[in-house]
Amino acid sequence: MNGKSEVTERYIELYKENIEKVSSISSPYINSFRSKAFERFKELGIPTKKDEAYKYTNLNIFFDHDYKSYFMPVTSDFVKAEEFRCDVADLDAHGIVLLNGFYPTINEKLRELPGGIWIGSLNEAAVRFSGLIEKHYGKYAKSETDGLIDLNTAMASDGVFVYVPEGVTMAKPVQVVNLVQSEEDMFNQHRNLIIVEKNAEFSIIICDHTLSPQKFLTNAVTEVYVGENAHFDLIRVQNEHNAACKITHTFIHQERNSVASSNNMTLHGGLIRNSTYHYLGGEGAESYSYGLYLADKWQHIDNFVNVDHAFPHCTSNQLFKGVLDDMSTGAFNGRILVRPDAQGTLAYQRNNNILLTDDAKMDTKPQLEIYADDVKCSHGATIGQLDGDALFYLQSRGINKREARLMLMFGFAHEVIQNIKVEPLRERMDNLVMQRLRGELSRCASCMVKCG
Amino acid sequence: MLIINNLKASIGGKSILKGITLDIKPGEIHAIMGPNGSGKSTLAAVLAGREFVEVTEGTVTYLGKDLLVMSAEDRAKEGIFLGFQYPIEIPGVSMVNFMKTAVNEHRKHKGLEPLSASDFLKMMREKKEMVEIDSKLANRSVNEGYSGGEKKKNEIFQMAMLEPRLAILDETDSGLDIDALRIVANGVNKLKRPDNSFIVITHYQRLLDYIVPDVVHVLYDGRIVKTAGKELALELEEKGYDWIKKEVENNILA
Repeated sequence: MNGKSEVTERYIELYKENIEKVSSISSPYINSFRSKAFERFKELGIPTKKDEAYKYTNLNIFFDHDYKSYFMPVTSDFVKAEEFRCDVADLDAHGIVLLNGFYPTINEKLRELPGGIWIGSLNEAAVRFSGLIEKHYGKYAKSETDGLIDLNTAMASDGVFVYVPEGVTMAKPVQVVNLVQSEEDMFNQHRNLIIVEKNAEFSIIICDHTLSPQKFLTNAVTEVYVGENAHFDLIRVQNEHNAACKITHTFIHQERNSVASSNNMTLHGGLIRNSTYHYLGGEGAESYSYGLYLADKWQHIDNFVNVDHAFPHCTSNQLFKGVLDDMSTGAFNGRILVRPDAQGTLAYQRNNNILLTDDAKMDTKPQLEIYADDVKCSHGATIGQLDGDALFYLQSRGINKREARLMLMFGFAHEVIQNIKVEPLRERMDNLVMQRLRGELSRCASCMVKCG
Repeated sequence: MLIINNLKASIGGKSILKGITLDIKPGEIHAIMGPNGSGKSTLAAVLAGREFVEVTEGTVTYLGKDLLVMSAEDRAKEGIFLGFQYPIEIPGVSMVNFMKTAVNEHRKHKGLEPLSASDFLKMMREKKEMVEIDSKLANRSVNEGYSGGEKKKNEIFQMAMLEPRLAILDETDSGLDIDALRIVANGVNKLKRPDNSFIVITHYQRLLDYIVPDVVHVLYDGRIVKTAGKELALELEEKGYDWIKKEVENNILA
């Protein structure tokens, strides 16, 4: 790229100002990736609408802003953050709280759970489990075009680490609550690494919350390794205020006969961009990518999915649905790549959207690249209003128009929610979505931010 | 109960109903028969409050009130029920939630408290048994993946739940095998009371073997051209509609 944009320059400066501080608290192995990633970032820069993958999303609204400090919490902040409790009833999970992308200093940095499972801080794991980290860190988060991934590699220093050894089934999911809180407008990045070995089973729930009304920009990368015959589910619940921008890049690498799902539930947020990369790296692997997004006011929600069928006889399914109100906008870009050797591929994709006003806008783009012959692929996209016949059917039973509309929207959303495998969370999502559709704020009761 | 006077209606500027007059008293079952395209379903749509049908002339009085100014949901709460010719599939909305909402809206309208969860489920169970609907159907999304017969039985089930004063069944018999037809008809017969009325719209006579109407009307080209007792249905079954068409044309010529 010739002549770096002003916006990119900001982050080059940010890197230069902070890299010493960041490196001093990070493990040497994570540091060893930084300078190369920084060079690549300088080349690629912050994506613009000229980049095909960011065609419908203007990042400048959030990136072209002066974020004062690269904020590292002090112990007292962690004590406060630990008081945050998710109120999902009956959700029996191992909880982890990340504050501004950092693992609390007040707890044991790594916890061992029955079966030899480890959960905790990535930065700590990079020292304690160097073998695992060297085998997996930075191996899956790869993009030739997205500079934000390099920006993360260049500067992130902590995040969640999970290791589930061969053959171990984790009975309870892990719930990560990502909190951002600051007195100043803040840019933060974190990095997660999840390793699910052969024949193991594991689910993780990641909840994104904002705890103070400042302007926030988060750029997070998650790498997941799913070994042969292993099962993995990721459920992301995004509920942030309108001055928050969340960018996630999730890379799920699957070995043969493994089954993995990603569920992106976006309830609230100023600008949200979720990129989900599924790599089907062995015969018989199955991947499921689900997404639900509800937007209003000036919110913008962009889902980018990349499914890479690299081996024969794999199955993939994408289902993304959105309800857009007011002048909100959304984008969906679903890519399916079927490589020449990937015979017997089944790949499906569907994106359905309801626009509630004339001002709401949705861009949807399927992108199928098929280089094998024996392939079953389908894709479909719809953008429309609520079904008038269905509305009348409900009204003709005595249900008023407002309630009938809500029921239809809820039914529309429920098709995505029903795929969540953790039952208490599924019920909770049903309730949150209903509240959100009613126009009540869907924040959890324990959230301290009044961001109406 | 229902008085329709010189009702005229059009869809998209095309005149469909050309002056209908009907008087339905409590406890009566009226059958409306007629060839395809005669306006039977349009009449049902007008009575239920479908907005795409434009009433151009005439009045409809229901229990002493002007029906045409009421919204679809208010008509339902006042006791009008439309059994759809083509029931709508609504994925993601469960039958339980749908019926609970509808029943409680009706109760609210009558100034009653909402039913408790257990009372509601008990009511569901009783009505399911009454109309012989497969109890598993009620656990699914509204009409989603139901067979044609199941959808029609589900209409009768909803009717049983809502206990209407005036039920309009729009070709509920079409596409039913004989067993389903019997179940649908039994449902109607069980729900029949001296204070409620039915309008049974049908193309064929065979439903009327099971539901015995008090009055049979023949609708043709937007008008009621013949009204008689239940024997008229048999005559239509035997002779078809052509003789009616001829009679109407002769009348116009004369």
